[in-house]
Amino acid sequence: MDELFHYIIAKYNYWASLVLLFIGLYGMIAKNNLMKKIIGMVIFQTAILLFFVSIGAKRGASVPIIKFTADKQPLLEATAYANPLPHVLILTAIVVGVATLGVALAILQKIQRVHGTIEEDEILEDQRS
Amino acid sequence: MMDQAPILIIIIPLFAALFLTLVGPLGPRFAYGLLITGLVGSLGCSLLSLGLVLDGNQAVQYRLGDWPPPLGIELVIDHLSGVVLVLIAGCALLTAIYSLRTAEQDNPDRLNHYYALFSLLVTGLLGMAASGDVFNIYVLLEISALSSYGLLARGQGPAYFATFKYLIVGTIGACFYLLGVGYLYIMTGSLNIADMAAILSQPELQESVSVRIGFTLIILGVWIKMALFPLHAWMPNAYSKAGTTTACLIAPLMTKVSVYIMLRMMFTLFSADYVFSAIVWSPYVIYLASAAAVIGMIAALAQRDLRKMLTFIIVAEIGYMTGGAWIATASGFIGATYHILADGLMTLCLFMAVGAIIYRTGETSMAAMRNIFQKMPVTAVIFVIGAASIIGVPPTCGFFSKWYLIQGAAEAEAWVFVAALLIASLVAAIIFFRLLEIAFFGDLDTTGASGDHGHSHQPVATLRAEAPLSMLIPMVITAASVIILGLYTKEVVNYFISWSVPLGI
Amino acid sequence: MKQLTFIILIVCALLMLKAAADLPDWADPASPASTHLSPDFLEQGYVETATPNIVTVVLADYRSYDTMFEAVVVFAAALIVMVILRHTPRKRGKTILYRPKREGRDTILQGAAQLIIPVMQIFALYVVGHGHYSPGGGFQGGVIFGASFILIALCFNLRFAIQRFREQGVLVCVAGGVLLYAAIGAICQVMGYNFLGYTGLASILGASDVMARSYGILAVEVGVGITVMSVMVSLYYDLASSGDLDEGL
Repeated sequence: MDELFHYIIAKYNYWASLVLLFIGLYGMIAKNNLMKKIIGMVIFQTAILLFFVSIGAKRGASVPIIKFTADKQPLLEATAYANPLPHVLILTAIVVGVATLGVALAILQKIQRVHGTIEEDEILEDQRS
Repeated sequence: MMDQAPILIIIIPLFAALFLTLVGPLGPRFAYGLLITGLVGSLGCSLLSLGLVLDGNQAVQYRLGDWPPPLGIELVIDHLSGVVLVLIAGCALLTAIYSLRTAEQDNPDRLNHYYALFSLLVTGLLGMAASGDVFNIYVLLEISALSSYGLLARGQGPAYFATFKYLIVGTIGACFYLLGVGYLYIMTGSLNIADMAAILSQPELQESVSVRIGFTLIILGVWIKMALFPLHAWMPNAYSKAGTTTACLIAPLMTKVSVYIMLRMMFTLFSADYVFSAIVWSPYVIYLASAAAVIGMIAALAQRDLRKMLTFIIVAEIGYMTGGAWIATASGFIGATYHILADGLMTLCLFMAVGAIIYRTGETSMAAMRNIFQKMPVTAVIFVIGAASIIGVPPTCGFFSKWYLIQGAAEAEAWVFVAALLIASLVAAIIFFRLLEIAFFGDLDTTGASGDHGHSHQPVATLRAEAPLSMLIPMVITAASVIILGLYTKEVVNYFISWSVPLGI
Repeated sequence: MKQLTFIILIVCALLMLKAAADLPDWADPASPASTHLSPDFLEQGYVETATPNIVTVVLADYRSYDTMFEAVVVFAAALIVMVILRHTPRKRGKTILYRPKREGRDTILQGAAQLIIPVMQIFALYVVGHGHYSPGGGFQGGVIFGASFILIALCFNLRFAIQRFREQGVLVCVAGGVLLYAAIGAICQVMGYNFLGYTGLASILGASDVMARSYGILAVEVGVGITVMSVMVSLYYDLASSGDLDEGL
């Protein structure tokens, strides 16, 4: 029981983002409406971003911007600042996500124009005929 | 200057893409010339880098921004990636030359933007092959994926839906890869492949569940990207509805680079020891690969559309390479690596020949093959060379890769995989002999079917209409390299591939 | 089929949730991620680049190669959306309006926009320029700047915005930002350093190596800012009007 409580409290970043991740994945695979698939994709990507950015947290640390002491000397102690690398990585991943979203929306507009619908089963029917 | 060659491989096509966006008013010929210039530069630099690797017989490292590796990003070019870089740059250059007529036909407007995406896709693939940083590979993976969505969506109406599916599946694959990288980053704290490999070899991490999940996610993501058998459903539709140039560029290269990434992840990031001893599921992968080889070929047999048939053949070829990589013998690894080269070339050869046939006849079904030897003799011969290589007829490179694969599978006593390889070759033979039969004697079914349209195929059939020179020259070069690679198999394996066989298998 | 997907995903989720117990605790200072590379960045970053914001340092210097490709990704996205949507031949006779036709002038809306847009643009420049000392940088500033153009398009209409920032100009900015970034890398190469080794700029700018890195970071951030700004505008132009660039939302 203690272990479970420890899991829920000390590792909440992992389980929260994993739950979000599978919600997004389910939306991407199982939904019939293509717009809902895109929404699932965004949730899925955001979950991974949360997973990544949570790695950067460090207890007793502040944002990774170097602080200065009273006599203008930089305070260069690694324990005082959070890990900067995950922030950099998710900044890249966010941009990639936005780019994918833009392309997906453009293709969706085209699908709507060609097939007249964005429901997957109706498109498949339209293709068969 | 020589030591700058590794980065120039990637930067030259990038600059070409940037300039191509801006030169719209200068006309299509200028765009074509710019693209060719960029790719020639890239090919030259990749040959130079390969020369550097061969000089020292060790990996060439390039520090970006002069930062030492675990902190900064580095490019690592060793024997394996050097050869893959030359393959990518070479295939892209041949496709670019070939595209003179077809690209203009498929893209009457915005040809320069089409070429810019072409160049960006090549940048992404080259960058992936040269990179020594797992996160950098993700970014470049997304660049190549995004530009391939753009290129594929330029097909006709149904292409949009097929591309959308590809986008969804491709995003799942890339995100799995990213999540796997996240797990490994949590456990190691590093992103540089060499540094991570050193940390991962510690015994406590070899046992760790999280590392195992990270490995599984990365491999799963790469499998989705390379369309291994149960995950291949997105590929045939997306590739067969694309324009000719797009298909020639994407079909041979995208999946091969994913296979290369799989090898990198399995043997450079992790080790042969880890993949084959610590992970319990390597025997099942061989069953999966065997199933991919057989089912892919049988599905290809059922197709009547030429390009769809070729795409299913790629699904089977992916099965060969995956199986070769996972049977844990040196011959299997050599076979899989050699098959990356061989399959890249022979798929390019077939796609180009089929593209030329479609360009001249305007038909995409098998009926296009009718009387092909009278109409387009050179193209037909090139098609036969590609087909012979897929079947595995001796002087072509397809024979030697299969030879190594079967040898490796027999050493590992993976008889299922041996049987799958033989059955797949047999089915491939049936596929292509059926096509040749149509070429010589005509297909009775389709003659009857197209008779309804009232086409008078008899007089048209005897007319000679060879593909234009801009298509013939790259096709002849590709077909020649299929044979030359086959003739010099021993040298290629000794000088390049045997250096990269991982320790412990 | 739906149920099957659901069950498979639930099983995978449970497996991965169970395995997550193996990962280090949240915010654990002793986790490998916090002890392996990040101390090096935090302790050397300021000394080597004279830039207090370590995220900016890692983004635009240590991992600037990644960031360049990140800018290339947005560049590619703008190009793809344009290629997909813009090539439609004008066959349809009537234009589809994406919003009800409004009569008259929206005085309050447009007046407020006129007040806020200059402030937004100045703030965007501040965010780009102050990325060395506080959270900010090319991406964030670029997005804010792009949003100001989107605000024009929303409060007036798309045509009005396009008159101020033409499509051709947007395209030049999209490619120009990445070109600026890559050109800085190439200049460093010409000066005998590796690609994106900002110390190569030292002799051109007449600055010390450390300050050259700081200026290099600023220059590439500006390049990223230009690209991101124009990509946001370009994506909005194309998506809001389905590629027709007429009425918009």
